[in-house]
Amino acid sequence: MKNSDVQQGTLALMVLKTLDVLGPLHGYGIARRIEQISGDLLTVNQGTLYPVLLKLEQEASIASEWGASENNRKARFYRLTRRGRKQLQAEARRWEQTAATIDRFFAVKAEDLR
Amino acid sequence: MKTLRRLFRRLTSWATSARDEEVLRAEIEEHIAMQTAENLRAGLSLVEARRQALLKFGNVEAIKEIYRDQRGLPFIETLLCDTRHALRRILKAPAFTAAVIVTLALGIGANTAVFAVIDTILIQPLPYPRAEALVSVWHTAPGLPGLATIGCSPSMYFTYRDENRSFQHFGLWSSGGASVTGVAQPEMPRALFVTYGVLDALEVQPLLGRRFSQADDRPGSAETVMLTYGYWQRRFGGDPSIVGRMLTIDSRPRTVIGVMPEEFRFQRDPELILPQRFDPTKTFLGPFLGPCLARLKPGVTMEQASADVARMLDLWLNAWPPNPGINRTVFQDARFGPKLQPLKQEIVGDIGSALWVVMGTLGLVLLIACANVANLLLVRAEARRQELALRAALGAGWGRIAREMLVESMTLGVMGGALGLGLAYAALRILVVKGPETLPRLHEIGIDPFVLAFAFGVSLLSGALFGVIPVLKYARPRVAATLQGISRTVSHGPGRRRARNTLVVVQVALALVLLVGAGLMIRTFQRLRSVQPGFTHPEEVQILHSTIPEAIAKEPERVMRMQHEILDKLAAIPGVTSVGFGSAAPLESFLGGGNPVYAEDKRLAEGQVPPLRQIRRIAPGFFKTMGTRVIAGRDFTWTDLYEKRRVAIVSENVAREWWGVPGAALGKRIREGGAADPWREIVGVVENVYDRGMHVEPPAFAYWPALMDRYIWGGENGSAVGSGMFAIRSNRAGTESLLTEAQQAIWSVNGRQPVFLVTTLKALYDQSMARTSFTLVMLAIAGGMGLVLGLVGIYGVIAYVVSQRIREIGIRTALGAQPAGLLAMFVRHGLWLAGIGAVLGLVAAAGLTRLMSSLLFGVTALDPVTYTAVTALVIVAGVLASYLPARRAIAVDPVRALRAE
Repeated sequence: MKNSDVQQGTLALMVLKTLDVLGPLHGYGIARRIEQISGDLLTVNQGTLYPVLLKLEQEASIASEWGASENNRKARFYRLTRRGRKQLQAEARRWEQTAATIDRFFAVKAEDLR
Repeated sequence: MKTLRRLFRRLTSWATSARDEEVLRAEIEEHIAMQTAENLRAGLSLVEARRQALLKFGNVEAIKEIYRDQRGLPFIETLLCDTRHALRRILKAPAFTAAVIVTLALGIGANTAVFAVIDTILIQPLPYPRAEALVSVWHTAPGLPGLATIGCSPSMYFTYRDENRSFQHFGLWSSGGASVTGVAQPEMPRALFVTYGVLDALEVQPLLGRRFSQADDRPGSAETVMLTYGYWQRRFGGDPSIVGRMLTIDSRPRTVIGVMPEEFRFQRDPELILPQRFDPTKTFLGPFLGPCLARLKPGVTMEQASADVARMLDLWLNAWPPNPGINRTVFQDARFGPKLQPLKQEIVGDIGSALWVVMGTLGLVLLIACANVANLLLVRAEARRQELALRAALGAGWGRIAREMLVESMTLGVMGGALGLGLAYAALRILVVKGPETLPRLHEIGIDPFVLAFAFGVSLLSGALFGVIPVLKYARPRVAATLQGISRTVSHGPGRRRARNTLVVVQVALALVLLVGAGLMIRTFQRLRSVQPGFTHPEEVQILHSTIPEAIAKEPERVMRMQHEILDKLAAIPGVTSVGFGSAAPLESFLGGGNPVYAEDKRLAEGQVPPLRQIRRIAPGFFKTMGTRVIAGRDFTWTDLYEKRRVAIVSENVAREWWGVPGAALGKRIREGGAADPWREIVGVVENVYDRGMHVEPPAFAYWPALMDRYIWGGENGSAVGSGMFAIRSNRAGTESLLTEAQQAIWSVNGRQPVFLVTTLKALYDQSMARTSFTLVMLAIAGGMGLVLGLVGIYGVIAYVVSQRIREIGIRTALGAQPAGLLAMFVRHGLWLAGIGAVLGLVAAAGLTRLMSSLLFGVTALDPVTYTAVTALVIVAGVLASYLPARRAIAVDPVRALRAE
């Protein structure tokens, strides 16, 4: 349970970044992109993406509409909203801070604390 | 903020869930199709490409599940789903459902109705703006024994009005009647007399015209009157041009200056509002009239206002002259003190204790009803035992099962509550129309949101209450044991019946408490009825009031002759055995009190105030008509009156207090007031009259002739004899025909004389016991309901036990058990339940009935007769309730019982 919570948060950030970089995209496209960049995070469970998309849409960070896919099938396209862009910036900043803190923490050697 | 937005989205998407489901399915389908296409491009076979795509997506159903949980509001969804299931199950068992709903509706309806009454009378503020600042100003006077409270005098009104530091508005009011003449039928509407300030304190704006101003209070200014909405509608058809019209009220022309709004309410439901005028130059320390009404300045507390009044009492005592003939020391020694109370408390009076007792007993009835319903639910749950066990075995959490059962019982509760609300509404409509006039604020009673919330809350609560019992018993995880126990070939062990037995014992105990309460009220009522009231056959005494307006006759002698003439005409009506005239009928005076009366041979210590006596002025025939026995001496004669002889009659308790035996009082002399008043010789002693109700010691009376040479409290003119009560003893009392003939007799003497306050002595007698009979009826209903429900409970348990043990009975019979023995076995079970219930009930009753001791008269809350009788009743009824189903046991044919397996 705990593990999937962490994953959802990470995934949400990845979804926002993906949409920020690539523009409107359907679920499959987002899954592929995350897969390409993050390796095996989504290789087994692409479906877990959809609850995350729903949550983001409920929070109005992303919006969706139906359109035609590359091979002319009906597909649901997601795009970043203004609120989503703001959220992404905030999250990215927080992520960097956290990462930097953790980095410093790991860089500390035992003798430094004496 | 984010959470709120999500909640909102979830709410909206919950409403459109079916479509959303479709969208998600399509989206997933699309996703898998794209992955499949991708895999095909990578060179996989069609079958393999699709398989890989599905594998990569993961468990579709699990994803949908997570998605669904996130999308809607799962808690509410399952709740609604459970409710739907519950409704379906409930409707499938109409007999069971009807039994439950009717039982609950009676319990909840009764509680809701009484709560609506309590809510209106005790909880809601009075219908005036900022009503909590309104206080009634009374006084205590420890120096005047036997007088709990005393009102304000006009002089007090002037002092308080001018000197107070804590009142925003202040005025004196009293109620009575005022004759309206010069119309088709002279009448005497109920009138409220107010000084300037009373209506201002109430802060009620008139519907038409204006309120009284300070000028209306000044003697000599133009005479004015205000109408209340009801009277304006009744007499003038709501004529909007009424303001400015002249009405002849108490023989004087008065201008209508305004009409009060429809929602205006005041004590005794006035129809006219008249200004009350006092002339400061003719005002003395006494007499004491009604209470004063004050609106406290913002921020002033009751204590501060009391201190303010205490300060002003000192000013008052020295600022005004004592009444002629009365020494100032009498007023000083009375030791007046302030007694302020919220206006609401004054209006509500002592009805509160009775209402709470009724509410408590109906709460017990609801508890019994819940126990009954719980019993029915236990039977149903019993039948579902296997189903529940199976579901538990298949993985349903016991919380889920418990919730489902609770939802079902709460749904039943709400359904019962809805029907109960309907019953309560009907009951309240009847109450408002037919209710006792003595119930304060009667016309404000209705169902408001607060009462609705109460009904809903009680419904849910009782649903949870009776629902939790089967839940505790059956929803617990005991899969293995239950599945094993499905075998039907053994009689159930006692453990299985414990819950139902306990419920029945509780029911019997509660029913016993209710019956003890009802029994105590019956005993109280009996005691009240057995009091010799000081009058006989009150149903034969017709009472009516009439006033001879001053414009017609003013001199006391002339007024008296007219009254005498009326009496003669009344006596000539066929069927009339005697007639009487007096200032008031027994049980009719609103205020207690009385005036100091001196006895010539009883010396008082310096500054001592003589005992207060109730004063009544009467004409010959009063006692005969009322049926009050003359114990010693004689009644007044007409000669006594017309020659203005100085004679008096006293009640037995006065004679005994002063002179030991009634006969010794004859020839002694008494007087009312001070030295200026002449001594009057006692010519008769009459029996005590319970003038303030059968539950109050009879007041001490001094009776004066209606026509005297000198009246002490006001009235050198004929007002003392001009207005009074006629009593007619006839077996036709209370009939319309007698009343018409009596009215004609009065109008044949004087056509401009209103007749009002028509009643019978019996009605006054019943009214004096209204609170007791109201409580008695309510408790008797509650006790009856409790007993019936309790008996149904015992009956149900025994019948169930018999049906469960049919096989065992068959075997026993086959082995030679005697029917009488079998019968005794089951009856003993019922007796056992009733017995334990009765013992517990007796203990509870002993504790609880103490709460109603203020309603009792002549019996203690632990009255042994009541307790014994009620216990015997419960035990006998319990035996009967178990005997009936037990008889079915001995009718069992052993062959059939064994074959039924």
